[in-house]
Amino acid sequence: MEMQTVRFYQTGTFTVGNRLLAPHERSVQAEAQRANALTSGHRACQGCGEALGARYAIDAAMRATGGKIVAVNATGCLEVFSTPYPETSWQIPWIHSLFGNAAAVASGVAAAMRRKGTDDVRVIAQGGDGGTTDIGFGCLSGMFERNDDVLYLCYDNEAYMNTGVQRSSATPPAARTATTPAMGPEPGNVFGTGKNVPLIAVAHQIPYVATASVANLRDLEYKVTRAMEFRGARYVHIHVPCPLGWGSAPADTIKVARAAVESGLFPLFEAVNGEIVSSTKIRRRTPTADYLRLQKRFAHLFQPGGEARLAHIQAIAERNIVKFGLEGTGA
Amino acid sequence: MDKPFAITLDVGTSLANKTGSWRTTRPVYVDRLPPCNDACPAGENVQGWLFHAEAGDYEAAWRLLVRDNPMPAVMGRVCYHPCEGACNRGTIDAAVGINSVERFLGDLAIRRGWRLDAPAESTGKRVLVVGAGPSGLSAAYHLRRAGHAVKIVEAGPAAGGMMRFGIPKYRLPRDVLDTEIRRILDIGVEIELNRKVTDVRAEREAGGFDAAFLAVGAHIGKRAYIPAGAAARIVDAVSVLRGMEGEEKPMLGRRVVVYGGGNTAIDVARTAKRLGATEAIIVYRRTREKMPAHDFEVEEALQEGVLIKWLSTIKNVAGEATLTVEKMALDDKGYPQPTGEFETLEADSLVLALGQDVDLSLLDGVPGLVIRDGVVEVGPNMMTGHPGIFAGGDMVPSERTVTVAVGHGKQAARHIDAWLSGGEWRPPARHEIAKAENLNPWYYADAPKTVRPMLDALRRTSTFDEVQGGLDEGNALFEARRCLSCGNCFECDNCYGVCPDNAVIKLGEGRRYRFNLDYCKGCGICASECPCGAIRMEPERN
Ligand SMILES: Cc1cc2nc3c(=O)[nH]c(=O)nc-3n(C[C@H](O)[C@H](O)[C@H](O)COP(=O)(O)OP(=O)(O)OC[C@H]3O[C@@H](n4cnc5c(N)ncnc54)[C@H](O)[C@@H]3O)c2cc1C
Ligand SMILES: Cc1ncc(C[n+]2csc(CCOP(=O)(O)OP(=O)(O)O)c2C)c(N)n1
Ligand code: SF4
Ligand SMILES: [Mg+2]
Repeated sequence: MEMQTVRFYQTGTFTVGNRLLAPHERSVQAEAQRANALTSGHRACQGCGEALGARYAIDAAMRATGGKIVAVNATGCLEVFSTPYPETSWQIPWIHSLFGNAAAVASGVAAAMRRKGTDDVRVIAQGGDGGTTDIGFGCLSGMFERNDDVLYLCYDNEAYMNTGVQRSSATPPAARTATTPAMGPEPGNVFGTGKNVPLIAVAHQIPYVATASVANLRDLEYKVTRAMEFRGARYVHIHVPCPLGWGSAPADTIKVARAAVESGLFPLFEAVNGEIVSSTKIRRRTPTADYLRLQKRFAHLFQPGGEARLAHIQAIAERNIVKFGLEGTGA
Repeated sequence: MDKPFAITLDVGTSLANKTGSWRTTRPVYVDRLPPCNDACPAGENVQGWLFHAEAGDYEAAWRLLVRDNPMPAVMGRVCYHPCEGACNRGTIDAAVGINSVERFLGDLAIRRGWRLDAPAESTGKRVLVVGAGPSGLSAAYHLRRAGHAVKIVEAGPAAGGMMRFGIPKYRLPRDVLDTEIRRILDIGVEIELNRKVTDVRAEREAGGFDAAFLAVGAHIGKRAYIPAGAAARIVDAVSVLRGMEGEEKPMLGRRVVVYGGGNTAIDVARTAKRLGATEAIIVYRRTREKMPAHDFEVEEALQEGVLIKWLSTIKNVAGEATLTVEKMALDDKGYPQPTGEFETLEADSLVLALGQDVDLSLLDGVPGLVIRDGVVEVGPNMMTGHPGIFAGGDMVPSERTVTVAVGHGKQAARHIDAWLSGGEWRPPARHEIAKAENLNPWYYADAPKTVRPMLDALRRTSTFDEVQGGLDEGNALFEARRCLSCGNCFECDNCYGVCPDNAVIKLGEGRRYRFNLDYCKGCGICASECPCGAIRMEPERN
C-alpha cells in the first residue's frame, strides 16, 4: 500500500492540515482553494455525516481529476437536502434521476462521454445505503459486471434516513429503526441479517473497492484519489453517522464514526481486482460498548438483559479485527 | 424569460439559504492557558516558544523565551521544571521534555551569539539592586529593558549567587553561567562586586536611587546542636560548596557524613565523592518519600555511590571521628520519633546541610518591615512594608528555587516600573486552564519522550564534568513537536475541514480562522474535533 507513512509533525498527519507539512502533503480539505463541491446553505441536519462525507469524497475526486467530474445522485437525503428546487448546493455538474437507478444512469453518462470523446471527464455515482444495497443493487451489480467506467460512492448511514429511519440491508444488528422497534424478545434489527456490499463488490473482481470513514479524512482522501487512478468500475463505501437517525449528539458525528472504526465494527480496507490488499490499522482500540453507548438506537442494549447482545456485537468486532488484520502497526 | 420545458424558476444557489438561523449554540475561538505556562514560576510562555521551536525557528523561540527569563541555558540545567509535572502530554504518554528543549535553545543562543534586545528609551529613573543572584539579575534585566538605569551591588567576587556558590559545576558549568550573566550586563546593567551593602537606606540615598530591589538570598547555614569534642570537624554545606569556587578546595577527608535531606545535602555529598571521598553518607531523619530533595537527584547520587541512611539522626560526635546515630521510627502521623537504638559511624568530617537563614543585617532599623520566620514579608506587588523597597528570591517567604527567584525578579520589576510612575501594575486576566479533557488526543501521534544522555559513571565520580548532556537539533525538534499546544490554536485546519456546512473561513498562515455565522448551524463538531481545545461552544443569545 502506498499510504504516506506517518511522520511526526506535532500531531502526526492525522489532523486535516498542518502548518509544518509541505503544502502538497496536506489534505485536500486543508486547501483554502478546495472545490467545496457541496457548498454552504444545504439543508442537512446539524452535524450531518453524509454532507461531510460527500464533500470530503467529491473534493478529493475534484483534485484527482483537475475538476473534471459529473455526478449522478440517487434519491435520498443527500439529494433532497442539497437541491430543493430551484436551489442547489452543488458546485459540479450533477444529475438526479431516481432512487434505484444511479448506477445505471452513471453507466449511461460514461458511455456518452466515451462516445463524445470526452472521457477525461470522469463519472461518479452516489447514493445512500438504501439506494445502493437495496433498491439500486441490481443496477449496481450490472455496472460492476460490465466494468463500466464509474466510481460509485455509497454513503452508509445504516438506514433509510430521508423517509424517516427505516431499516435497510445495511442496518446493523440491534439497531432500533422505525421498522425495527426496540420491543419484544429481540429488540431492534435482527442479528444475522443484512449484506456486506463492499465484500460483494470485491467478489465482482472490479478494479478497486474500498471502505472509508468520515473519521479518517486522510485515509478517505487517499482511497478516492486512488480510485481515480483506475478505469472501469470502482466502489468506495463511506461510513457517515446520522445524528437524527442514530440518536447521537450532532457534535459527536466524527467521534461516533471514529469509535466504529477503532472498535473494529467498521473495518477500513481496500481491494484491487478482487483481492484485499490492505487494511487501515486501529490506532487506539475502543470497546464496542463505547461506540454503541453514544447512540440512542442502541440504548436498549444497556438495559438489563442486553448483555448477550452486547457480547455478540463485541464478537462481531473481534472477528473483523482478525479477518481484516486490523491490529498491528501500519502497512 | 426563455426557460426549458417545465422549468419555471431560475436556478439559484443554496448560498441564499442562511442556515445560521438554525443555531442555538455558537462556536467561539478561545485561548486557554496551557498548564505548563500556568505552572512556570518564571511565567514563561512555554507553549508559545515551543510553537516556534516546532517549526525549527529557534531564534524566534529563544526571543519569546527571554522576554520572561533571560537565562534559558541555566534554566535548562537547574530548573526543577514544574511545567513538566503539569504538562497534559503526561496523561497520554510522558510530559514534553520542556526543560531539555529550553536548554537546547539556551545552548544554541550561546553558540550563535544571540544578544538580548536593546532597552527601551531611558526613563531617567535609577533603581538599586542588592545581590546578583538569579532574582537580582532577573529584576535588573527587566528593569533595564523598561528603560531604567540599574545598578547591582554584590557582596561576592562574582555574580550568580547560589548558581555559582551553591550549585556544583557538574550540574551547571560556569562558562554557561558566565555567558548568560554577561549578556544581561551587556544591555547596560551596572554592577559593583565585592561590596556588601550594610544599610540599604543609606545606600539608596547616597546613590540617588528611586527604588531598591533586595535579593540577598539565604546564605547562613543553619546549625543543629550536636555535642561534640573540640577536635571534631564539623562544617556547613554552604561553606563547602562556596569553597569549591576558590583556589583551595575544601578538605573533607576520606569518610564524609552529610546531615540533611535537601538538595544541598545531595550536592555536597556528590561533591565529596568527586573530591576523592571513599565514603559519602547522607544521614536523614525521615524517609525517602519525605525527603525535600527531588527524586531524580537522589537517584543520581545513589548512582554515584553516595549512601543514604534514612530515619536516622546524629546524637553526638565522640572523639575526633565517631558519630553516634540514633534510628528513628515514623509515628502514626508520619513524624520521626527516637527509638533508643544507636549505632556509630566513622567520619573524617560532618557536613551540616540543614537549610539556610537570611542575613537581614542590611535592613536593621528600616521602619515598616515585617519579618516573620527569618524572612521578609512582601505584598502581592513584591514591596516590603517600607515604600520603595522591594524584595524577592530566597529572602522572602516562598519556595527556594532559581526559577522562583527569577519569577520574583520579573514580577518586582513590573511593579517597580509602575510604582516609579505613580501607577500600579495589574496582571492581565488569566485565561481558563486548558485541561486534558479539553483536548482531543486521537489526533496526536504516539511519540516517546527523548531521554537526555548522561555522562559515564567513572567520570561522574572522578571529575566535575557536566553529568547531563543536551539534545541535538534533531531530537530537540522532535521533542518540541511532542507539544500538544494545549488551548492554543496551532492551525491544524481541523475546524476548517470537519465543518459539514463550510462555515469556517481560513484566513491564511498565522491568521487562524473565522466562523461564518451566516451558515454555521452550531453542530459543535469543530469544537469536539479541535485537538487542542481552542474552540468553545456558547449558548446563542436571544
Ligand atoms: C547547593 C544548592 C543547590 C541548589 N540547587 C538548585 C537547583 O538545582 N535548582 C534550583 O532551582 N534551585 C537550586 N537551589 C536554590 C537556588 O539556588 C536559590 O533558591 C536561588 O539562588 C535564590 O536566588 P536569590 O537571588 O534569591 O539568592 P542568591 O542566589 O542566594 O543570591 C543572593 C546574592 O546576594 C548577595 N548578597 C547577600 N547579601 C548581600 C549584601 N548585603 N550586599 C550585597 N550583596 C549581598 C550574595 O552574595 C549573592 O550573590 C540550590 C541551592 C543550593 C544552596
Ligand atoms: C422507488 C422509490 N421508492 C421509495 C422512495 C422514497 N424514498 C426516497 S429516499 C428513500 C430512502 C433513502 O435511503 P438511503 O438510500 O439510505 O439514503 P439516506 O436518505 O439514508 O441518505 C426512500 C425510501 C423513492 N423516492 N422512490
Ligand atoms: S503539551 Fe505543550 S502546551 Fe500542553 S502542557 Fe505540555 S508543553 Fe504545555
Ligand atoms: Mg441511508
